[in-house]
Amino acid sequence: MSGAHTPGGPSIGGGWAGTHAADEQHPEQPTHFAFDAESEAKVAALIKRYPPGKQASAVIPLLYVVQRQMGRQTGSAWVPRVAMDVVAERLGMAPIRVYEVATFYFMFNTRPIGRYHLQVCGTTPCWLRGSDDVARACREAGHVAGYGHTSADGMFTMTEVECLGGCVNAPILQVDDDYYEDMDYDSTVRLIDALRRGDRPVPGSMIGRQTSAPIGERTTLLDVPGE
Amino acid sequence: MAKVTVDGIEVEVPNGASVLQACEAAGKEIPRFCYHERLSVAGNCRMCLVEVEKAPKPIASCAYPVADGMKVFTDSPMVRNGRRGVMEFLLINHPLDCPICDQGGECDLQDQAMAFGHDSSRYMEEKRVVSDKYMGPLIKTIMTRCIQCTRCIRFATEVAGVPELGATGRGEAMEVGTYVERALTTELSGNLIDICPVGALTSRPYAFVSRPWELRKTDSIDVLDATGTNIRVDTRAGEVLRILPRINDDVNEEWMADRGRFSFDGLKRRRLDRPWVRENGRLRPATWSEAFGAIAARVRGTAGERIAARIGDLADAEAIVALKDLLGALGSANLECRTDGAAIDASRRDFYTFNTTIAGIEEADALLIIGSNPRQEAPVINARIRKRAISGAPFPVGFIGPRGLDLTYRHDWLGEGGATLRAIAAGTHRFNDELRAARRPMLILGRGALRRADGAAVLAAAWKIAAENGMLREDWHGFNLLHLFGGQVAPLDLGCVAPPDAPAPEVVWLLGTGDAAEVPEGAFVIYQGHHGEAGAARADVILPGAAYTEKDATWVNTEGRVQQGRLAVFPPGEAREDWKIIRAASELLGKRLPYDSLDAVRDRLAEAHPAFGSGFARRGCTDLAGPAGDAAAATDTAFALPITNYWQADPISRASDTMAECARTYLPAAPAMAAE
Repeated sequence: MSGAHTPGGPSIGGGWAGTHAADEQHPEQPTHFAFDAESEAKVAALIKRYPPGKQASAVIPLLYVVQRQMGRQTGSAWVPRVAMDVVAERLGMAPIRVYEVATFYFMFNTRPIGRYHLQVCGTTPCWLRGSDDVARACREAGHVAGYGHTSADGMFTMTEVECLGGCVNAPILQVDDDYYEDMDYDSTVRLIDALRRGDRPVPGSMIGRQTSAPIGERTTLLDVPGE
Repeated sequence: MAKVTVDGIEVEVPNGASVLQACEAAGKEIPRFCYHERLSVAGNCRMCLVEVEKAPKPIASCAYPVADGMKVFTDSPMVRNGRRGVMEFLLINHPLDCPICDQGGECDLQDQAMAFGHDSSRYMEEKRVVSDKYMGPLIKTIMTRCIQCTRCIRFATEVAGVPELGATGRGEAMEVGTYVERALTTELSGNLIDICPVGALTSRPYAFVSRPWELRKTDSIDVLDATGTNIRVDTRAGEVLRILPRINDDVNEEWMADRGRFSFDGLKRRRLDRPWVRENGRLRPATWSEAFGAIAARVRGTAGERIAARIGDLADAEAIVALKDLLGALGSANLECRTDGAAIDASRRDFYTFNTTIAGIEEADALLIIGSNPRQEAPVINARIRKRAISGAPFPVGFIGPRGLDLTYRHDWLGEGGATLRAIAAGTHRFNDELRAARRPMLILGRGALRRADGAAVLAAAWKIAAENGMLREDWHGFNLLHLFGGQVAPLDLGCVAPPDAPAPEVVWLLGTGDAAEVPEGAFVIYQGHHGEAGAARADVILPGAAYTEKDATWVNTEGRVQQGRLAVFPPGEAREDWKIIRAASELLGKRLPYDSLDAVRDRLAEAHPAFGSGFARRGCTDLAGPAGDAAAATDTAFALPITNYWQADPISRASDTMAECARTYLPAAPAMAAE
């Protein structure tokens, strides 16, 4: 049941590790999925965005609706296989076409994840700015064995992701949909402790910088006329 | 048309053709993996790189349209270098397990690596490993060998019409499979083996059996359905090891149905390999002369008109004409090939053939299917209908028969029985508007739809629909009867239709038909065939015949196309080619048939029906007079489909283990052992 073997072992993480059909035998796969009222409202609005006959275009938004609903209902935001079948049925497409999309994008979790999804950016700018410390903090404070793993208490799943596009405020730790910026070891530990308590600290820079403005005092444009 | 210069050779190709096609027109070989002329263009293997003048880099010729005045180079340093690089990349994750790979010797990757690749690889790291996928009982997968050309995905989606294969994951983790590990629900799955350019998809029954260069290849015709698929029988040491399709664009293109391809192991089981004679109520092994003696003893004392023959679904034309001549010499015209009870009118050839022709389906623009499931009765013809249905131009398909069938193309279920048929025949049904609006409408009438008490009325009603909805014209014949097996048209051509006033027979000669139900109690039964089925159990004398791979024989497909199969292996034991058995019997019956060679039998065939002497041609319809039968008499009874178990529909496939496993896999589990 080894699936695709890569030299780096399972550390590729994210949705990739869950793309092997053998994993479908996992007992965690529910036998039933149906959109709830909140999702149904979103689904109706999403499908309406596309012209008749092109409903299949809504597959990615609908998979997100599924993932959010699973997060609401079970505390684990992922896309079970039965839900992909429901999406396929709803959009009139072959189920395999939905499986292809869901397994292609690692933003979709095809296996259950923890309550909080810690997505550590490890691309060059974040790495230069200390993403290794952020990852270490996630492992130590979150009690996660490493990338692709979930903590024993089911609170945290850690994934290494590629560039999140927030390089100016590197390093970035994305928790579910929120960016926490300018992280270091201590701020990551504080963030994880807060999450464990059930708090959701305000996303954004952890060092109080305004959006992507330079750290500290303004050093340029000091003599703007009229200011 | 565009003028293209390929390596200095000027060719003219239609606008919109690809550079690869232009290169082929110029006689240049372009290596390729993902490109297949009967599938959509993917352009993902990059093997077909060529250089085009003024293009800054090599282009993938399969996906690049030609332009007038284009200059293409297929053997420049840039091209050679590009191909080498592509090949090196393809081989990065391909295991070098050719010595244990069943594709070895007929592998596109092997051949092209030899012809266009580098002599060594610079890749030193670990290769990836992919877990094997389950695609059903016929296909063995070794997915590590997959080079992700996606031909199988495109075949399943486009030709077979079962979008169940896909590529999941991405990048290095991309894998081809069904994701849910279910068998592909198609009757064309064997073609995946043919189109896979590497050893990722191979034949499960053929696994580790043979190398291609050890095989003797014999061209033949598949008779297990009525398509008349052109096949190549691969044998070694007197044993059929596999069957592959040959290309014939008029018939099967290059596809083949699973039953014809995989049921040949049934040729080795439950065979009749020696004559048997019933003595004191028990069958005992006998010699040929004892068997003929028993027949002669009984036939001599029987009035000619009390002798009858029944022709089976897999009988060849030579045997049929010999048997007909023998019975004629004995004074009987009581031959019957419609043992399934189909009310076929054999008085005119276009009443019982597929007149539009298989290739002609692509020209049709409306289709009415009556009481037939072409997907199970003739999967390759169904693929042709699907090809037409997805080609873009409107193609309304009306269907009368069981509701909820998946024909692999969109169809309009009109009703399940005779009431709908009568309504369309009367011209009052909503589908009549579709037919009248069409320029080349056609209908397919299933042979199964005629196997009922009001079969003649159904046939007449179908003809009436054809005649009154513009299907019968001088340049277009839209009336089609879809037969079920490859031996069902030849006996109709040869007039094997029992006279209505024939007396009850005392001697019945069963030529390969297991259906002994109509044989009267006490009659003397001669069974000539290759498999011991119900007919053999009832027989007084058993004459072991040859199966379709074991004789030089003539077959007529559902179109009425006459094709010849060749002997690939000899029949087992004392079994003989069927016409020779009948010829030998005629000698002992004192009615010696006047032919001693295959050529002489074939001359006789040509004399018996012109179709056997001339080539096949498509014909229009000039005579609208229909077959006998009252079109208004069709009853409301629902049409029942003749084939409920696609994988075990004939004596050969019923003896096959491979087909038995398919039936176990694909059919819903039977609650108890169903009665035969």
